[in-house]
Amino acid sequence: MTTTSKTRRTFLAASGALAATTAGGLLVPARATSLAPTKTMRGGSNNYRAGAPIVERIGGGGFWMTGTVRRAGDGAPLAGQRIQIWAHTTEGHERDAHSHGATLTDENGVYRLEMPQIVPAFGQAHGHLAYDSAEFKTVFLRPLMDSPNQTSLEAHFVLEPV
Amino acid sequence: MRRPFVVWSALLVALSVPILAAGFSPYLAFRQPIYILAGFAGIVGLALMPLQPLLAARRLPGLSTPGARQLHRWVGMSLLVCVVLHVVGLWITSPPDVVDVLLFRSPAPFSIWGVIAMWSIFAAALLVLMRARLRLPWHLWRRGHAMLASLAVVSTIVHALLIEGAMEGVTKAALCVFVLAVTLKTMIDLKIWARKAR
Repeated sequence: MTTTSKTRRTFLAASGALAATTAGGLLVPARATSLAPTKTMRGGSNNYRAGAPIVERIGGGGFWMTGTVRRAGDGAPLAGQRIQIWAHTTEGHERDAHSHGATLTDENGVYRLEMPQIVPAFGQAHGHLAYDSAEFKTVFLRPLMDSPNQTSLEAHFVLEPV
Repeated sequence: MRRPFVVWSALLVALSVPILAAGFSPYLAFRQPIYILAGFAGIVGLALMPLQPLLAARRLPGLSTPGARQLHRWVGMSLLVCVVLHVVGLWITSPPDVVDVLLFRSPAPFSIWGVIAMWSIFAAALLVLMRARLRLPWHLWRRGHAMLASLAVVSTIVHALLIEGAMEGVTKAALCVFVLAVTLKTMIDLKIWARKAR
C-alpha cells in the first residue's frame, strides 16, 4: 500500500520534472556549450604599463599568481599567451616598473608567476592582470584576495578573438 | 576644578589611541610617505569628528559658549584640511584610482561612502560660509548643518569600516561607535528635529 502510493508519487514527480525540463529547454541534447568571454573588471587597467618584460619572477617572489587562459566559445586552452601582472607588494607600488612582469601560458593554457607578497592598497588586497596582445580582445582583471594573509591568487581569462 | 582636566584627558586618549595604533600598522612599511600622509589625514579627520557634536552641544567642560563655538570652527576647518589632504595625497599616490572614485566608477565599495562624506563635509562648510547671505531662520539653518554633518558622520563610518588599511580593527570600531554615539546624543539634546529650536 505504502509502496504503491510512493511509486505513484515518484512517477508523477518524475514525469512532471521531465515535462518541466523539456518545456524549459534544459534537456536539449548535444548543444555545444558556449563559454562567454571574460569581461574587463572596473579599475583593472589602473597603473598599467604597456609592454612589461617576460620574467622568471617579479622581485624576490614568495607569492603565486596563477590562472588559465581559454578561448571563448569552445573553451579550448590557449598556449603561449602573454599575461601581464602587477600589484602593490612588499617590494613596491603598483606604479613602479619593478612591480610589473609578464609570463606566458603553457600548452594547457595555464600560467604561474611568482611575485612578492601582495599587501592591501587603496583599501583592498588586490592584484592586476592584463591580456593585451593583438590576437584576442584586451582584458584587464582586478581580482580581490579574501584575506591579506593569502600567499596566492587566481585569475582566469576567457578570450574572444578580435 | 578637576573635572575639566579628567574629561579632556579622557577625550584626548580616546581620540589619539586609534591614530597611534594605526602608526604600528605593518602596511606602512610598504607605502611611500605621500600615501602614509594621505591615509593619516583620513584617520585624523575621523578622530576630529567626535569633537564637533560635543562642542556644538557645549558638552565639554572649561569652555565658555563663545569659546566652544570658536573651537567648533577651528576643528571644522581642520577637518576640511584633512579631507583635502586625504584626497590629494591619494590622488598623487595613484591618480587613476582616485579619478575612478570621484567619478563613482571605482570597484571598491567603500570609496563611494568616502565621496559622499567628502561632499557632505564641503556642503556643511558651505552652509557656514553662506549663513549671512542665506538668511535662513536659525532653527532651519541649524537643522541643515546638522543633517549634512550627520550624513558625513554615517558615511565616514561606513567608509572607514569597509577599508582594509592601516587602522587597527578594534580601535577603529570603537572610534566609529564613539562618533556615532556623540552625534546621536547631540541631535537629541539639541532637539534638532523639533519644530522650534530650543
